[in-house]
This record gives sequence, structure tokens and C-alpha cells, in this order.
Amino acid sequence: MPRQSRAFARVCALTLIYALVFSSQIGLAQQMASQKAGQKAAASKKTAAQKLSEEQRIIHLLDRITFGPRPGDVERVQRVGWERFLDEQLHPERIPDAAVEAKLKDIPSIHLSSEQIAAAYPPPQVVRELLRSRGIELPGQPNAAQNQAAGSESQAGKKPSEPNPQALLNDPAKRREIQAILQEMGYKPAQEIIQELQQAKILRAVYGERQLQEVMADFWMNHFNVFAGKGADRWLITSYERDTIRPRVFDKFENLLRATAESPAMLFYLDNWLSATPNVKVPERGQFRPKNAGARMRRNQALGIFGGRLGRLGRQPNDPRASQERQAQMPQPAKQPKRTRGLNENYAREIMELHTLGVDGGYTQKDVQEVARCFTGWTIRAPRQGGGFYFNPMMHDDGEKMVLGKKIPAGGGMKDGEIVIKLLAAHPSTAKFIATKLARRFVSDNPPQSLVERTAQVFLKTSGDMREVVRSILASPEFWSAESYRAKIKTPFEMTVSAVRALGAETNGRPAFHRWMAQMGEGLFQAQPPTGYADTSEMWVNTGALLERMNFALALSANRIPGTRVNLAESARGADLSQPAKVADHYVKLLLHGEVSPQTRATLDRSLKDPQIAMADERGTRTDVAKVIGLILGSPEFQRQ
Amino acid sequence: MAITRRFFIKSSGIALASLGAFTPAPSFLTRALGQTPGNGRRKILIAIFQRGAADGLNLVVPYGERAYYDLRPALAIPRPKSGEPGTAIDLDGFFALHPTLAPFKPIYDSGQLAIVHAVGSPDNTRSHFDAQDYMESGTPGVKSTTDGWLNRYLQANPHPKATPFRAVAMGPNMPRTMQGRAPALAINNLNDFGIRAGGQVGNAIQGGFEALYEQSVNDVLRGTGKETFEAIKLLKRVNPTQYQPAAGINYPRGRFGDSLRQIAQLIKSEIGLEVAFTDIGGWDTHANQGAAQGQLANRLIEFAQGIAALYADLQDRASDVVILTMTEFGRTVRENGNRGTDHGHASCMFVLGGEVKGGKVYGKWPGLKSSELYEGRDLQLTTDFRDVFAELAVRHLGASNLNQVFPGHQSNTANFKGLIRG
Repeated sequence: MPRQSRAFARVCALTLIYALVFSSQIGLAQQMASQKAGQKAAASKKTAAQKLSEEQRIIHLLDRITFGPRPGDVERVQRVGWERFLDEQLHPERIPDAAVEAKLKDIPSIHLSSEQIAAAYPPPQVVRELLRSRGIELPGQPNAAQNQAAGSESQAGKKPSEPNPQALLNDPAKRREIQAILQEMGYKPAQEIIQELQQAKILRAVYGERQLQEVMADFWMNHFNVFAGKGADRWLITSYERDTIRPRVFDKFENLLRATAESPAMLFYLDNWLSATPNVKVPERGQFRPKNAGARMRRNQALGIFGGRLGRLGRQPNDPRASQERQAQMPQPAKQPKRTRGLNENYAREIMELHTLGVDGGYTQKDVQEVARCFTGWTIRAPRQGGGFYFNPMMHDDGEKMVLGKKIPAGGGMKDGEIVIKLLAAHPSTAKFIATKLARRFVSDNPPQSLVERTAQVFLKTSGDMREVVRSILASPEFWSAESYRAKIKTPFEMTVSAVRALGAETNGRPAFHRWMAQMGEGLFQAQPPTGYADTSEMWVNTGALLERMNFALALSANRIPGTRVNLAESARGADLSQPAKVADHYVKLLLHGEVSPQTRATLDRSLKDPQIAMADERGTRTDVAKVIGLILGSPEFQRQ
Repeated sequence: MAITRRFFIKSSGIALASLGAFTPAPSFLTRALGQTPGNGRRKILIAIFQRGAADGLNLVVPYGERAYYDLRPALAIPRPKSGEPGTAIDLDGFFALHPTLAPFKPIYDSGQLAIVHAVGSPDNTRSHFDAQDYMESGTPGVKSTTDGWLNRYLQANPHPKATPFRAVAMGPNMPRTMQGRAPALAINNLNDFGIRAGGQVGNAIQGGFEALYEQSVNDVLRGTGKETFEAIKLLKRVNPTQYQPAAGINYPRGRFGDSLRQIAQLIKSEIGLEVAFTDIGGWDTHANQGAAQGQLANRLIEFAQGIAALYADLQDRASDVVILTMTEFGRTVRENGNRGTDHGHASCMFVLGGEVKGGKVYGKWPGLKSSELYEGRDLQLTTDFRDVFAELAVRHLGASNLNQVFPGHQSNTANFKGLIRG
């Protein structure tokens, strides 16, 4: 039968069957039931029959604790033994990482403090003032950045609208002119901060040797998510990742929790920096007699956070005097608009729902309010100037509180919040919640309950020692089971980075590369809700995103991504290009370690026979290697880990 | 090969599409399915989620409430005063629109915009995540629901002429509302929807990928792969991007406006769209919310301009379309100390369409006196959001299996507001 009419016959038949099945709910139910039974049988057969081979164990480990094997990685781990490799990875401080450090050296903003970043990459209000001093008036509201606070534009795939006045200008020539003026004055555009942060994260994932540390940094950043597009967080998130999260990925959970609670980025993101007792009295000028000058300075800074003008016009960035001068120029209380302040529950809710106990962890709305009271006064100095954390007793509610049934006596000051942190960090619900999330990250989307329970026990026994918790997951039979092998779908970050690694390709990690993961739905530091990105596959596997994965694979292998280079000749070394099947063998081994179903392999071979891929000319057949790589990287097999 | 129900739906859809997208289904098929294709034009529902909990009290202002002005000294929208900008736009002597919602006023006056106030989820959660989850799953209080209510509508009401574009979410991710067994598409941008390998080679590569995904053992990847390739082919054939907005119709710049414009293109191309979804964020106004101007007002400008542009763009198709807005909960009646509002309870919804019985604010008004507030702080709920969803599913889309769409909810037609003309 000719192909077309056969296909037609098939669909007609199916249409008929469809109509029949749907006219009978019973038929459908029966069919589904028998299908389910079949699947079950197949699954149990798989368990009985399969145990991971030594090579599969290594591939599995590399898939889960690194961003995918590079050429030669499997053999390297084979040589040292996977136990030793794992142990090394659990102690990143012992792994030399000079190569990646050299690549990171020249990315300017990632080495600066928040204050330095704010000075060198000025926020919109400062840009406005700077330009005004040059006689240029920008359109739009002076409050543009604040409008971004609840920023909605973060959706990956679209660049968030920049909270800088340049974005308000539609005239490209004018934009360039302003850009040039700022540059001439020694300033850089604020959007470079996040681009550089994304770049550093990509480079570490691609080139770093401390891979498990990188995986954990990604995990905790997502767990304690902060959205880079929310107002001042653009200037605070670099330090948040570098100073708050990164040094503590294997620390005690409590230390991590406390560090995030005190981080300006989190305080700003979840509004706690604004949260104050409703009974706060803002002193009239001169009403208070501070004990020392330091206290006065602190109070002035505290008050400066509320809408003070930013001084320091014309000062060059990175000038150490700038910050002193700025402090001296802090607006005086008397100039402040009169404000009442109040309790803000946002952080209190999320610290329990998302950071510790989990949504079913056993807290009430009353607990949320009480925790919010405990954290009143945990605030930031001048966030838009990169100011740091401090406790402001004047904002604090000093009354007695009751949190999760525990009484917190009146007059505790900053201790209230510390008690809450200890309470939450040691709570059994927290142990279970963190265990679940880690098991999902390392084992499977629906990790076995037995594993979660045991991991939670390790969490409780070790007082939340994250190195031990992670170690126990990676030592568990569930981790090493055949069911877990290639059971996870890579996230867009994992997929793009693992493709570069598998090919031994080079990337500079700049926006032309980052754009791809953003289009697949995972722009780095761009998760807007406090939940961070989903940690299960259904959010990542949809038609649009899947298509982008295939298109990325093609763009990468065809060297169509600026700043990213695949050395095709090098990657094809040893393969006989005149024989498509040999080329396929070569790349299936290189990119998938031979882990491919016979059907997929047969399909691949058929595609390779296509004259557009197996290019024949007078010199004979030369396989289009880029297309073969593109097909494999875009195949379902490469989406798994 | 395991034959799944999803496969059936897809295959039959494609079979019919390949016969010619708009030739009627064979009559025996129509009979067998108990469906009447009607006049051939589909009813369409466009769902818009305002993520972050929009402050219903400042969108549709109960200016007749004294308490509103008492509790919101800095945020209240001034009472309507005709001809004076920055004041609310009167609707019925008690409610008024936020001034930036002015584009809605003519639609309201023409009787094609209805508002439901004090509507929301009966669950008392004040977590964005949970509340969005409940509103999208359509099962407040039940976290274990795996699919969204729009997807269950699709499952329960299979369409004999379904195409891969029956359900489309604009955006990089499939929203919870549309997740589930019935096929649905998440599309970031219609222009980029295809395999981009360059020239003729693209076809060979596309065929290769298609075969690879067909062979895949992983159900998620295989199912999604299949949908992807069917969609690519159909999209290429009907080419929706040829339908540009009429002169004078300006969608706001940005993702929201782009999404709405593309939804209109899909509708005009008759590609088989029945349910569309998009969202717009930025409503979580804890601090410096603003009143007639400011943060919330800026979000509303985009929101109102976008929806008004879409409505105008649809022209004669507007009679087949209902646009429905929703938000996970409202905000505290009293303003907080940061000139913002915190997470509350009930909010409001907008329902637009040619068959909508508009020009009216629906829903029992619970009042804002302190004794009338939910948990002493929020707007009480008088309409369960599921009753609005259910009414549109039944009266507009023609759904029949409400119990399947909203399990555990007595979707009694007596609870319907009469939003759709009989």
C-alpha cells in the first residue's frame, strides 16, 4: 500500500475506534485498566531484571551530582573509584578549581560588594539625577523602580523590563547617547549586574570542578528564592548568592536559614525590612539623646531607608569616600514624610511554608502573625545603596509572642527572631520537607517515602548537617536503584549546560547562551514567586519548551550561538565520516554513553540516510556531523538524567 | 504501542484536520459522540490570571461604603466626580471603576461587561502559591489534585473536531489550570513555533525528531513530542500571524499585550481554539500601592488596555468569546503601615463577551464594617469562584459533566448568577 493511503487508512480506523470507545465509558475504563496492569507488570519486571552495571553507576552519579559528564569523565571516575569521587565532591574546599576561577576573574560585578555595585551600576533614581546634572531630563515617574517591586515581567523568555530609565526611552539614538554619557562618567548599565551573575553561574556549572557544590548552590538558591527583578534585589542578589548561599551549601541548615533571614536580598524580596510594630513611635528630631555617635548614625541610616534622596552626584564609582560621604548626607528625620508603619506578614509566612515546615507543616495564620511580630526590626540600611542588615529596636514589637505553642517572652529584641529560626530549623516538619526536596532533586520526582523518612531522621540526628543529609541520600539503595536511573528530566539549565559539557564545547555564558534556558522557562535568578522554579518535570515538559530544547540542540551543534563554540572536527575524531552508522555510533557513545533504546537507534539510523544529512557528492559521502549531534542532543534520551 | 486515550483524541483530531480543517465531521461521528457542532463556530473562553492577588477593592471601588474611606486613608480612590480625573468611574451609584480601568466603561455600558464582586476561594489560605494552586486546580483545600479545571473541562467534553490548538496557554510554561491528561499547548511566541534548522534541511531534521519522540519510551516526552509536531504542522498551514490587528487597535507593549494579540490571531485563523489562558503579574502590592496613580494603577493600565484592545480586535467574533479574569485572593481592607495592603480573601472578576449579560455588578455585597469582615480584616466571600467558572463552562462552552470538572463541589445551576444571556 502506498505510504500516504496507508496512513489515511490508519487514522480513519483510529477515528472509528475513538468514536466507539467514547460512546462507551465502560470500554474506556476497561481499556485503561488493562493498560495500567500491563505497565505495572513491566515495571516490576524491570526491577527484578535490572541492577545497575558499574559503568551505569558512574553515569548515574555524574548525571545527578554534576551538570553532566564531559568527555573522559566516566573513565576518570572509573579510575579513582566513584566512592572517592563522591567523597571529594562532598568536600569542595579540597578540590582545586583554578581553571574556572581564571574565567571568573574578569567578570567585574561578581567580585564587588552590594555597596560597590550600587555605586558602579547606579539605580534609576541616581541615573536620573546624574543626567539631570547634565541637563537631560528623563521621562516617566521618579518612582519607576518601586513600581517594579512587585515586578511581573519576569517571565522567562522575555527580558524583564528594566527598571532603568533607558527602557523608558524608545529612541535608540537617544538611548545610545545616554549610555555613552554614563559610560564616560564611569558608570555601567544596571542590567549588566544580572547578566554577569548569570554568566558566572553558567561558567561554574560548565567548567567548575566543584560540581556538587554547584548543584547544591543551585538547589539552595531555588529553595531560598529571591527574584532579581524585584526593585533593589538587582543590586543585592550578587552578594546574596556569593556570601549568603554559596559558603553554606553544606553547612548546618540553621546557619543557612539564619544567613538568609539576615540577608538584605531576602529582607527586601519578602518585605520584612518594612515590617514594624504598629506601635512604633518615630522620634521627633532631637527628642532622643543617643548614648553614642554610632547609635545616632545607625538610626539615621535606619530612617534613611525610607525614601531618602541619594546624594553623591558626580562622584566616581568605587571611591571609598563615596560611602562615607553618602552616610554623612543621609537625610535627617525631620525631612521624612510622616508615616505609620505596620506589620508585614510576607516573610513570616514564607519562612514557614517554603523555607522550613512546608505548607502542611503544622502552623496557623496566628503563627504567621506571631512570627511576623518576632521578625519586626530585622531590616536593611538604604537598600538601593547596597546597605547591609541591621536590627532596629525601634521597629521591633517587644511584646510576648506565642509561636508553634512556644512562648517567647516579652523584651527579647532581636532574640525573638533567633528563637524562631532555631525552632523552625529543628522542627521535624522541616526535616521532612527538606528531605523530600533533596530526594526529589537527587533521586526522582516522586521519591520513595522510605527514603524521605530515613533522610529526615539523618537531618534530625545531625542537627541539619547538610553534608551528612546529602551523603545519606547518595548512599541510599533508592538512589542506586534501577528505577532511579535516567528517571529524571533535566531542567533547562541542566539540559543546556550538560550539552555543552558532553561535547567539550566552549561557552562564554553571555546572554546569547542564557537566552536559551530562559526560553525553555528557566531564566537564571528570574523565578518571580518565592517558591522558586518547580522541582518536578511536568513544568519543564510542554510543547513550547520541548521545541526550544530541539532548537537549542540544533543551534548549538551548528555553532549558531554567538560566544559558544563546538569543535566539530575535534568531537568527531576517530569517527569514519563516510559511514553514517559509524558516526551515529560515535556520538551515541560520546553523548549518551551508549544508553539508547534499539528503536531510537534504528530511528536515528534512518534519519542519517536522509540525503540532506548524509551528504553525498563527487568526493563520496560525508555525514553532516552537526545534524547528527543536533538530533541526539534534542532527542528524548538526552533530556533524561 | 500502548494506546492511550490521549492518543485517540489527538489522532482523531488530526484525522479530521487532515480532511480539511473546516469540513464538518461525518454525521455518524457527530451522532456517536452526542455532540452538535452548532453553527460551526466554536465558543471560546479566554482566562486571564492576575497573579499576586489583585486588590479587588481598588479595582471595583465600593465608594458607597464609608468604611472603605476610613480604612484606607492613603489608598482609597476618590469618589466619582464626573469630569474630574483621578476619581473613580461610577458604575451603579455604589460601585465605581478605578480611573485607569476607563477602557472598560464603554464595554460595561454596552452591556457586554459584567463584574462579580466578593468572589473567590472558600479556602482561607493566604499563601499565593496555595491559593493560585486551588484556583487553577478548581479544588480549594485539596492539594492532591493533579490536573487543572480547564484541562478537566477538556477531558470531560471531548470535541469531535479538536485540533492541537483547542487549548493554548501563552507563555513558556504550562499553567496549572491547563495541566492534565487532555492535550494543551504552551506557546511563547507563534512566530518561533517550529523547528529552526534552516531551509530544506529543517524538514529532514523535523522528521528525524518526530520519529525519535514517537519511539521514546518515556510517556511524558513521547506524548508532548507528538503534540508538538502536530501543532507545528497545523500552525504552518493556517498561519495565524497573517491576521494583524485592525488599525487603531493598540495592544500594550510587553508580554501581556503580546499574548493577547496572539490569542486574537489564533481565534481569527479558525485554528480550533476553544480555551486560551494567559496571565499578568505584579499585583502583590504590599508596599506603596498607590491610589489613582502609582504602582497598582500602572499595572491596571496595561491590564485594561490589553483586554479592551483584545475585545475590539475580535470584532464580530466577540459574540463567541468570553473573557474571564481571576486572581487568587483579594487584599486586606485596611491599608498596612507601608501604604500597601496584605493578603486578604475575596476579590473581583471581570467577565466580558458578546453574550454576557453585562452592565451590572453581580454578587451579594457583604459590607466592610468590622463585624462584616472575614476574620476581622478581609472582604467576605459571597460567591465561590467555581460557580462562576461552572456557569461559563455550562452556559457558554456547553459543558455537561460538571461533577468531573469540579469534583466535590455541588455546582448547582441555582448558584449561577445569570452571567450569560439565555
